[in-house]
Amino acid sequence: MLAEFLQFLFSGITVGAIYALAALGFTLIYNASNVINFAQGEFIMLGGMLAVYFSQAGLPLPVALVLAILVPAIVGVVLEKLAIEPVKGAEPVTLIIITIGASLVIRGLIQVWLGKNTFSLPAFSGDVPLQILGATLMPQSLWVLGITAIVVVALWYFFNRTLHGKAMLATSFNRVAAELVGINTNWVLFLSFAMSAALGALGGILVTPLTLTSYDVGIMLGLKGFVAAVVGGLGNGLGAVLGGLLVGILEAMGAGYISSAYKDAMPFVLILLILFFMPRGLFGGKSTDRV
Amino acid sequence: MSKNPYLGLYIIMAVLLVLPFVLPNSFYVDLAIRMAINAVIVLGLNLLIGFAGQISLGHAGFLGFGAYATAVLPTHFGWHPLLAMAAGAVAAGALAAIVARPIFKLKGHYLAMATLGLGIIINIVVRTEAQWTGGPDGMPVPAMSLAGFEISGDKHWYWLVALVLSVSVWASLNMINSPFGRALRALHGSEVASKVVGVDVVRYKVAIFVLSAMFASFMGSITAHYVGFVTPNLADFFHSIELVTMVVIGGMASVYGSVVGAVLLTALPQALTSFEGWETVAFGAILMLSMIFMPKGLVPTLSARFGRGD
Repeated sequence: MLAEFLQFLFSGITVGAIYALAALGFTLIYNASNVINFAQGEFIMLGGMLAVYFSQAGLPLPVALVLAILVPAIVGVVLEKLAIEPVKGAEPVTLIIITIGASLVIRGLIQVWLGKNTFSLPAFSGDVPLQILGATLMPQSLWVLGITAIVVVALWYFFNRTLHGKAMLATSFNRVAAELVGINTNWVLFLSFAMSAALGALGGILVTPLTLTSYDVGIMLGLKGFVAAVVGGLGNGLGAVLGGLLVGILEAMGAGYISSAYKDAMPFVLILLILFFMPRGLFGGKSTDRV
Repeated sequence: MSKNPYLGLYIIMAVLLVLPFVLPNSFYVDLAIRMAINAVIVLGLNLLIGFAGQISLGHAGFLGFGAYATAVLPTHFGWHPLLAMAAGAVAAGALAAIVARPIFKLKGHYLAMATLGLGIIINIVVRTEAQWTGGPDGMPVPAMSLAGFEISGDKHWYWLVALVLSVSVWASLNMINSPFGRALRALHGSEVASKVVGVDVVRYKVAIFVLSAMFASFMGSITAHYVGFVTPNLADFFHSIELVTMVVIGGMASVYGSVVGAVLLTALPQALTSFEGWETVAFGAILMLSMIFMPKGLVPTLSARFGRGD
């Protein structure tokens, strides 16, 4: 009983951490620009696919991993410069379609370049599972959780203790006021796309040794990251992390105890319930309209 | 408003009348039928996006609802196809109402999220419940007959779909100029202002969402009968995106834009097949470019340029 429960919990927290990273990416961009970036999932895919590509090209693993984070970050910045900045202030529908278009371009290019095969990456520190109270835990899960925790702490530090971070927060509260006090909001936009892409890519790299990767994994991972961000109250960083973990755990428990065929449906059932009963998300604040 | 808002309708009807005599072979007739089917779905979706200012990212789910009602009810329960079609539309409308009511009280992207979730759940259900739906492989749809007259073959379907399209365009034009339509437009202009003049915002938004869901379900049934087979792809996320794209490219809140968007994007995959493997890239690039350079969509942009209203 306990072993089974722990087993589901471990796999839930692991995949939940990836959703949390994706949800943080959604949150960063949403706060900087009110854009819901539907290309976020493709950054996750890019991270995993590029890590595989660079390591198979013979680069040492750490170099391959750094490149697999840097390249998506550059892609994110290019996306922002070419497609988001020129239409600043457009209707949300327009912005959503642009990011959906971007996701198709990225996915299509990877499909043409690397093909439709499924790839894997060796685990960072071996495949010998740890035994904990009868449940098994892969060492890679510890990597996922450890690095996610470090990222969350680093982000907290960035937003609360550095000038750039505070500028980003100020922009998310009130763009015009931020501009008035001399914050370069274009730079904030730039930074938030680079950071979200890097976060997504990091998640994609970390999870690849556990779940494999292919050109189309970004769709589901991205959508679930979006669910996690909304569960946490869109725009709330801590909420995004908790939302990610919650979605991951719920999915694993649902797959284990209810039906594995409906595993992918769980996050979406959750989001409908939350929208019905707690529409601001679990951790979202109240909002008011100015007329 | 232009001098005669029905001018476009006459042009569409004229084209529909002439088309079957000039199309070289059944491949093009099939393409024309699919364009017309998409145009009707997009008309319904555009009422929601263009007038209520809300996005549905799960509209293919409603399409799938109708398609599977048409396939499953007659096959497993012996229902009459028309009854199945009506049941699908009513059920889709009811589902839309249940989902929309709490969500329209919120502002922002929440309907997008809810419809996205709903669409994905519907898709997973039809993929999983294979004993009823045939699972990922899909299932055949029994033929439809009206009063002993079986509708089969391209010709029958072409005229049926052409009729449905003409009526839909006519009805949409009339609706936009009705009190209901004016309320919707006011809503898109300023929600607060329309509240102040007494428009029940939530009720109107729910009504338009239910209507567009029923449109989609009905056309899903038509598609299922026409193709003679349903697969879960009809109800997947990508198809929902395609439908939204048709709305946006043609022009939000533009009746004729819906038709143009549907025609262009239905033809696009055919035009792109020669690009072997690059279709997705090209599709995505077209989406991005048209939104960056023509955010209002094709028809409103062009008609503004040539100096007449839409």
